[in-house]
Amino acid sequence: MPGLGTTYGRGGATTAPSDVVNSDVVLIMGSNMAENHPVGFQWVMEAKEKHGTHIIHVDPRFSRTSAVANTWVSLRAGSDILFLGGLINYVLQNNLDFREYVLHYTNASVIIPEGFKDAEELDGLFSGWDPATKQYDNTTWLYQGVKQDESSSDRHDNSQSGGHSQHGVDSSVDLSTYEQDLTLQHPRCVWQLMKRHFARYTPDMVARYCGVTKDAFLNVAKIYTSASGPDKTGAICYALGWTQHSSGVQMIRCAAMLQLLLGNMGRPGGGILALRGHASIQGSTDIPTLFDSLPGYISMPKFGYSSVDLASFIKANKPKTGFWNNIDKYIVSMLKAFYGEHATAENDYGFNWLPRLTGDHSHQAYFLDMMDGKMDGLFVMGQNPAVAAPNSGLERRALGKLKWLVVREMVETETATFWRDSPEVTSGELKMADIQTEVFLLPAAGHVEKDGTFTNTQRLLQWREKAIDPPGDARSENWFIYHIWERVVEKAKADPRPRNQGLLALQMNYTITGPRREPEAPEILQEINGYTTADRKLLKTFGELTADGSTTCGCWIYTGVYPEAGRNRANERDPKDEYGHGWGWAWPADRRVLYNRASAKPDGTPWSERKKLVWWDEAEKKWTGKDVPDFTATKPPTYVPPPGAEGDAALAGDKPYILHADGMGWLWVPVGLNDGPLPTHYEPLESPIANPMYAGQQANPVGLRRTRPGNEYATSPDTRFPYVLTTYRLTEHHTAGGMSRTLSHLAELQPEIFCEISMELADELKIEHGEWVTLVTARGAIEAHALSTSRMKPLTIDGKRVHQIGVPFHWGYNGLVKGDIGNDLIAISEEPNVRIMETKGLLCNLLVGRRSTNVERLKEYHSIAEGKTA
Amino acid sequence: MNKTSAFLTDATICIGCKACEVACKEWNEVPEDGLLWTGFSYDNTQALGASTWRHVMFLEQPATAGPQQVDMENPFRWIFLSDVCKHCVHSGCLEGCPTGAIVRTDVGSVLVQKDICNGCGYCVVSCPFGVVDKRHDDGRAFKCTFCYDRQSAGMMPACAKTCPTQSIKFGEREDLRAEGIARVQELKARGYADAQLYNPEETSVGGTHAMFVILGKPDAYNLPPAPEVPTVYLKSAWTSALLAAMVVIAVVCAAFLF
Repeated sequence: MPGLGTTYGRGGATTAPSDVVNSDVVLIMGSNMAENHPVGFQWVMEAKEKHGTHIIHVDPRFSRTSAVANTWVSLRAGSDILFLGGLINYVLQNNLDFREYVLHYTNASVIIPEGFKDAEELDGLFSGWDPATKQYDNTTWLYQGVKQDESSSDRHDNSQSGGHSQHGVDSSVDLSTYEQDLTLQHPRCVWQLMKRHFARYTPDMVARYCGVTKDAFLNVAKIYTSASGPDKTGAICYALGWTQHSSGVQMIRCAAMLQLLLGNMGRPGGGILALRGHASIQGSTDIPTLFDSLPGYISMPKFGYSSVDLASFIKANKPKTGFWNNIDKYIVSMLKAFYGEHATAENDYGFNWLPRLTGDHSHQAYFLDMMDGKMDGLFVMGQNPAVAAPNSGLERRALGKLKWLVVREMVETETATFWRDSPEVTSGELKMADIQTEVFLLPAAGHVEKDGTFTNTQRLLQWREKAIDPPGDARSENWFIYHIWERVVEKAKADPRPRNQGLLALQMNYTITGPRREPEAPEILQEINGYTTADRKLLKTFGELTADGSTTCGCWIYTGVYPEAGRNRANERDPKDEYGHGWGWAWPADRRVLYNRASAKPDGTPWSERKKLVWWDEAEKKWTGKDVPDFTATKPPTYVPPPGAEGDAALAGDKPYILHADGMGWLWVPVGLNDGPLPTHYEPLESPIANPMYAGQQANPVGLRRTRPGNEYATSPDTRFPYVLTTYRLTEHHTAGGMSRTLSHLAELQPEIFCEISMELADELKIEHGEWVTLVTARGAIEAHALSTSRMKPLTIDGKRVHQIGVPFHWGYNGLVKGDIGNDLIAISEEPNVRIMETKGLLCNLLVGRRSTNVERLKEYHSIAEGKTA
Repeated sequence: MNKTSAFLTDATICIGCKACEVACKEWNEVPEDGLLWTGFSYDNTQALGASTWRHVMFLEQPATAGPQQVDMENPFRWIFLSDVCKHCVHSGCLEGCPTGAIVRTDVGSVLVQKDICNGCGYCVVSCPFGVVDKRHDDGRAFKCTFCYDRQSAGMMPACAKTCPTQSIKFGEREDLRAEGIARVQELKARGYADAQLYNPEETSVGGTHAMFVILGKPDAYNLPPAPEVPTVYLKSAWTSALLAAMVVIAVVCAAFLF
C-alpha cells in the first residue's frame, strides 16, 4: 500500500478491473490474474477480444495468464526492479514521457537539496543511512526549501511502524514550499536525478540479469510506452507477485512512477490495479486487521512523545496542506464511534484508551514472540497460519507454546489440529502430551449465512443479504465480537483497574435481534458511515465531519455509503453508466477512477475526445463528466491558493493528487518510505547471483531477516541451494485450502501437491515426469510430484544457467486431499515498509524421491547437498 | 427445423479456470470423480464420464500459427477447451437405447431419464464421442443434461452462466453456428491460420448442439475428425449377417444334399 500510497496519496487500486476495456495496452506483472482473479479477468479478455487491447504478461512462469496474453516475457523471480527500471530508463532516454502531464501533475521539476546522495553514488545506500540502527533519516530526501519543524522528535524512528497507513504525510515538514525548475534542466531536479539514477538500467543490463532476451524486453518497452499521450492509455495490474518480495513496495513504486511518466493516472483505461487476492481484502485494510493502522488509514498511535495526547497526535499527523489536514475531524469522529458518550473534549475523546505501538507487532513478529513464549493466547479468525504463514513449520511449533488458542472456522483447519496431526507430531519430533495449548474450535458462519459488505479490488462496497441461517452453533463475526465484548465487559466491571477503563468505555449500541441475539448489520454500516452525534442524522460526505465531537463516524473514507435512512448504497444494483455508478458504492464518495482531475488538461478541458472522463464546465462553474470528480467540485482549474491557505484550499486548481501536501504525483518520495526516495535494485534475500548493481549491498539494507534457529537463510549464491524457488496459488484452490480441500468438486481438480520444473532440469536430474521429488530450503523440506513442462523456461543469467521451480502452497494435513505444506520452505522475513515476507524468490535444492520421515532429515538434506557440491 | 439451443465453446477465449466443471457439479449434484493427480498439465479430470459432464482440457503444444509472442526458444502455446456432451443432431446413444430412457427434448438436446434407464449400457458403446458412461456404484448411465431443468425454467445452463469470459456461449443453434463461422474467420484474419469450427455436419452425426472453436486439428482435443452414428453401419451389418446366414443355410442344405 505505501507503494501506491506515497506516489499518489492513497494505497488502494486507482480504478476498476472493468476499466481495462478502455486501455490500449495492459501490463500484467507480479500477478497471475487469469488464475487468481478469473472473474475480474473477464474484462481483460473483453478488452483483448473486442477492443484490440494488447495484453503483456511478464512472469517467471508461463501461466494461464500467459496463455491468453498477446505477449509473454519470462523473468527471473525478484529481478522486477531491474526490468521496470529498464522501462523507466527507456522512457527517460527516449523522451517518451507525456511531458505536459509530467510537468503539471508530478514533482519531476522539484529541486532536491545538495545534501542528497543517490544509491548510485554510495554503492547501494541513499544518504541518511545510519549503520547503527540500519535505518534511514530522510532529511536529505526532502524538497529544497521546505520548512521543517524539528520538535517532532520521533519522526525518524520507524521501528514501531509498519507503514500500512503510509501515504506520504509528514506534518513536521511543509512540502508546499518547494522550489522547482519547469525546464527540468536543474541538475538536482527530480527529473535529472531520476535520469542519472536509472541510467544503468539499460536493455543489455535487463537482458543479462532478468533472464529475458533483449529483443523481448525492447518489444515490451515499445508496446507499453506506446500507451501514452492525450489519446492513449495503459493500465498495470499487479498482485502478490510484487508485494511478497523484500523490495516489494519499491517494485510497486516503479510501476507507479512509470504510470506518472506516461501520464496514465486518473484517466480512462489507465491506472494501477492492485489486485486483491480474495473477497474483502481491500476492506480489511480500509477497516484494518493490521497492527499499525486505524480505520480510514489513520496511523495507529506510537508509544512516545508524538502520541502523548490527542493534540500531539494531531500535530504530528496533520500536514498544513492537502486533504490530510482534516485528520483531526476524522480521528475525533472515529473515537466518538468507539466510545460514544464516554468520548468528551475533556478526556481527549478517549484517545488515551487507544493502545500504543511499542514495537513490531506484525504477524511475523508476534509469531516469533510466541515462539519465545511471550504470548499466552491467540484468536485465529479467517486465517490458517499452520499452512498459510511463512515458515509454517516454525509457526506450528510456536502455536504449541501458547496456553490457549481459539480458532473460529467453517471447517477444522490445520491450525485447529496442529497438536494432533502436524508433521512435527506425526514424525515424533514433538509429543502430543508435551503440547499444553488448550485449543477451542468455534464454528463460524459462511458468507451466505450472514449479512454484511465485501469491499473488493476497486474499493467497491457490495452488500449481501443472508441467504440461510448458519448451521448449529455457527455464528457470524458480528455476533462473535459483540458477545465476547458483552462477556468481557461484564468481567471487567468487577475489576475497575485503570487498564479496564477503555474496555468499559467501548460502545456497541446496536439493536440485537432474533433468538440468536444477532447485532443488526445495517446499523454497523450506518455507524461506519457516520451520523450527527446529537440526533443520529446520517452523513452524506466526509466534508460534514467535525473535530468537536458533534459527528460520529467509524471510517471517514466510507462516509456516503449510507447517506440517509433506508438507503444503503452498497446494496444498490442498478448500474447507470459504463463506470458502474448505481451498482454498489466505491470509496471515496463513489469515485470510480481516483485522481480523475488528471483526465483533463491543466486548463480543465479533456486531453482528448477519446479519453475524456472529468472536465471543468465553465458555464456551470464546476467539474463534471462520467465519474464523480476526485476534486473539490467547484474549485476552478485556474484557482491559485492565497498565501497562508491551509488544507485543500492550499492546493491549486491543477493539482490532482489532493491527498498529498503539494497536490502532485510523486516520482520522488520525500516522506513516507523507509528504504529510499527512488526504487533501486537489490537482490532477494536469497539469490543465485551477487547484486549486479551494487557490490556493497546484496539485498534491501532495511529489510529484516529475523535470522534465528529454524529461520535460517541460504547465502547468495549457495551451492547447497542452486535453484530459484517461487510459490503461488492455483485457480482451483482457496489459499490455505480450508474452503477448497474440504469440498470434493474442488479438491478433485488439483488433488495433490506438485512442483513445476523445466524439461531441461528434469533431464539434468533424471527426474521422471510425475515422480516424487523433495524440495529443500534452509528452513524445511517437502515432497511433491514433479511436473516437468515447457512452461518453465530455463534462464541464462550473466552467462550462467538458472532454473526456477514453482510450488503451489495449498495442501496440508486435513481435508479430502492432503499433502506437504509449501510454506514450510519460506522464511519469516520483513519488507521494511509493510513487513511482508518474501515468498516469490528464494533458493532451494531438488532431490529425487520422497521426503524422509526422519526427525533429523533437514540436517541430512543439507549435508547431502554440501557433499554433492563439495 | 425448430429453434433449438446449443453451446458454442471457444478455446481461444477460455482461461482454464474450470468454473464450468464446478458449476455443473454443484447445480446437478454430480458426485466426486476420483482424487487422482494425473500429471497431464493441469488436467486432473481426464475425460468426460458419468460423474464429469464438463471437462476442461489443457494442451501444451508447439504453436503452429498465430500472432502470440512467447519469449521461448521454440514456439509454444497452452490451449484450454471445455469439453461437453455434443448433443448430436443424429444421436448414437439415443438410437442405441432399447428402453426409451434417452429422449430428444424440445430444446434439441439429448437427455438420459434416470428413472427409466436400466443400465444396459448400449448407449455407452453407441456414442461416437465416448461421452456417455455408467456410474459403477449405481449401474445407470449419466451424462450432461444440458441443464434441461434450468432451460425449462428459462435459465441458461450452469456452465455457460458461470463462465467468466463467455468462452461458453449458450443460445439458438443457428445463431451460434453463424457466430462460430464468423469467429473462425476473425481468428484467421488475426493470423490463427489453423482456427476451425468443430461441428461435424458432413458425417452421419449431422452436426452437434455443442460446437467448438479450436486451434489445430480436432484429434488433439479428443474430438473425432469424422464421427459416425453406429446405426449407419446397420445396413452393411445386417447385409453381412444375412449373407452369412445364407451361406450357413446353404452349407447345411448342401450337407443333406451331398
